[in-house]
Amino acid sequence: MTNPNGRFGIHGGQYIPETLMNAVIELEAAYNHYKDDPEFNRELTELFNEYAGRPSRLYFAEKMTNDLGGAKIYLKREDLNHTGAHKINNVLGQALLAKKMGKTRLIAETGAGQHGVATATAAALMGMECVVFMGEEDTKRQALNVYRMRLLGAEVVPVKTGTATLKDAVSEAMREWTSRIDDTHYCLGSVMGPHPFPTIVRDFQAVISKEIKAQLKEKEGRLPDVVMACVGGGSNAIGSFYHFIGDPGVRLIGCEAAGRGIDTFETAATINTGRLGIFHGMKSYFCQDEYGQIAPVYSISAGLDYPGIGPEHAHLHDIGRAEYVPVTDDEAVCAFEYLARTEGIIPAIESAHAVAHTMKIAPEMARDQIIVITISGRGDKDCAAIARYRGEDIHE
Amino acid sequence: MSRIQEAFANGKAFIPFITCGDPDLKTTAEVVRACAENGADLIELGIPFSDPTAEGPVIQGANLRALTGGVTTDQIFALVRDLRRDVTVPMVFMTYANVVFSYGAERFISACREIGIDGLILPDLPYEEKEEFLPVCRRYGVDLISLIAPTSQNRIAMIAKEAEGFIYVVSSLGVTGTRSEIKTDLASIVEVIRANANVPCAIGFGISTPEQAKKMAGIADGAIVGSAIIKLLERYGTEAAEHVGDYVRSMKDAVRSCGGI
Repeated sequence: MTNPNGRFGIHGGQYIPETLMNAVIELEAAYNHYKDDPEFNRELTELFNEYAGRPSRLYFAEKMTNDLGGAKIYLKREDLNHTGAHKINNVLGQALLAKKMGKTRLIAETGAGQHGVATATAAALMGMECVVFMGEEDTKRQALNVYRMRLLGAEVVPVKTGTATLKDAVSEAMREWTSRIDDTHYCLGSVMGPHPFPTIVRDFQAVISKEIKAQLKEKEGRLPDVVMACVGGGSNAIGSFYHFIGDPGVRLIGCEAAGRGIDTFETAATINTGRLGIFHGMKSYFCQDEYGQIAPVYSISAGLDYPGIGPEHAHLHDIGRAEYVPVTDDEAVCAFEYLARTEGIIPAIESAHAVAHTMKIAPEMARDQIIVITISGRGDKDCAAIARYRGEDIHE
Repeated sequence: MSRIQEAFANGKAFIPFITCGDPDLKTTAEVVRACAENGADLIELGIPFSDPTAEGPVIQGANLRALTGGVTTDQIFALVRDLRRDVTVPMVFMTYANVVFSYGAERFISACREIGIDGLILPDLPYEEKEEFLPVCRRYGVDLISLIAPTSQNRIAMIAKEAEGFIYVVSSLGVTGTRSEIKTDLASIVEVIRANANVPCAIGFGISTPEQAKKMAGIADGAIVGSAIIKLLERYGTEAAEHVGDYVRSMKDAVRSCGGI
């Protein structure tokens, strides 16, 4: 899907300072070398299986299926991975690559803290230094994850600029990378940023759809009708979609964080409310004002609280191969509670956006149809915030 | 010869940077005139961006103050149109790709030509992406300025060969901001630039004192200063013009004596 210059249709590219150009060129060369290297892939598979606990389960949610009364629902349990989210797939890949490149230090941005925790974990495992940039607002929303990162030996830098959320953490990580390139790899957490990141991150996350395809074939002997995932930058979604892109019978649905609604300013639904722009190294869709100033987006979910979307998603939207639907805070919170009660599974509030849209469409579908929802992470981190959303004054 | 190259005709050039609308456009107009009257050879006008990823804390602060004050691209165009009634010094815009892209490249760059802007510096538009705006810039005679960084190495000749207007040499790794010491081997970078480019080069990032400016202008054809001027604006606000004027005069005096090109 990637052109040689890192384009997905008109999206993607390398809109970054000259200071970083040789770093991304070096990264691309290293990635092209190692991605087909049998030894690299053997090591990565071993890390995936023995350390992260892959393959993750594809679980038939029978109670939810019966309750909704329509399509059969399967949950792809990325929440069961080590560190509790899909983020570990990408991080193990990039950390291994960085190590092969001779880098000794990892830097990363994080929103909800899941990618920061995953990066700190990989750094601890591989004996690398680690610095994580996190919006100050998010360090408050996700205090427990800040502690986890520190426990794992990482330094957490609260970012106070701009809206003090995920986009500002990305900007600050980019600034840090321009000041220290020789020994440092920027372990970007989503399918965004300049080429080759959207391709590298997608390839490491594509293990999700590869497994879904094989697992569902074994259980049902066929392809799913719908693959559903939440989308911020879009890494768990592209990982879930990738091996189905060539199967036109499989509907691919990305669930965007609509916050308080796409008709309000308090939203992070990029495809539904944004327009074409250039930011954070890529051409894609962004929430922005008429002069191209990036909008202060909002979602209850720190992990989806980003004003852009990965360039490959923007392209899948353009060509009509994937659909991107808005899901509000309220719908996501209801789905968070629903999955906990119905299946005994507490999903990340990010993943709850995908559960919410499934609750809308499954009842309309036939009983022999199949929806696979990627549960990208576990919801323990969100319990205090959701309790507060419901008016319970609890603190971690 | 484009008007930008005239900036390098008065000995070594001194190039100040100002963020438009910090703290308001009236002050920006006064500061630009003070720069021009005190020997600035070229003036870089920053159009603020919400997320200036190449800037350090000082210029980030200027962007924030300007945007909080409500300044827009259209208001900045009007400011330049007004300044051009009496200011003849070459002027370039420094902003981010999305400010140009979202306004519409054709609409933005044709406006540059119409109001008297001579060039465009976009720190997030490297050589590989310059086709995004270069054809339109050529059509309207607005120079798209190339940047060369300490990490450019094997890319220097390639960038220098196609450079227009002048080359902006980034002195150090990292973002904009004042530095006590600049360690990059700039002389060898400039040597490769001179062997390949038809345009002059000026060094920016980290320069604040007359001594530093003199040293940099001794290596290249000029020195660019941003954060040190923004600090004056931060300190003196709407009263900054006189202070910036004095500063620009001292810096131009320091670089002028470095000998001709």
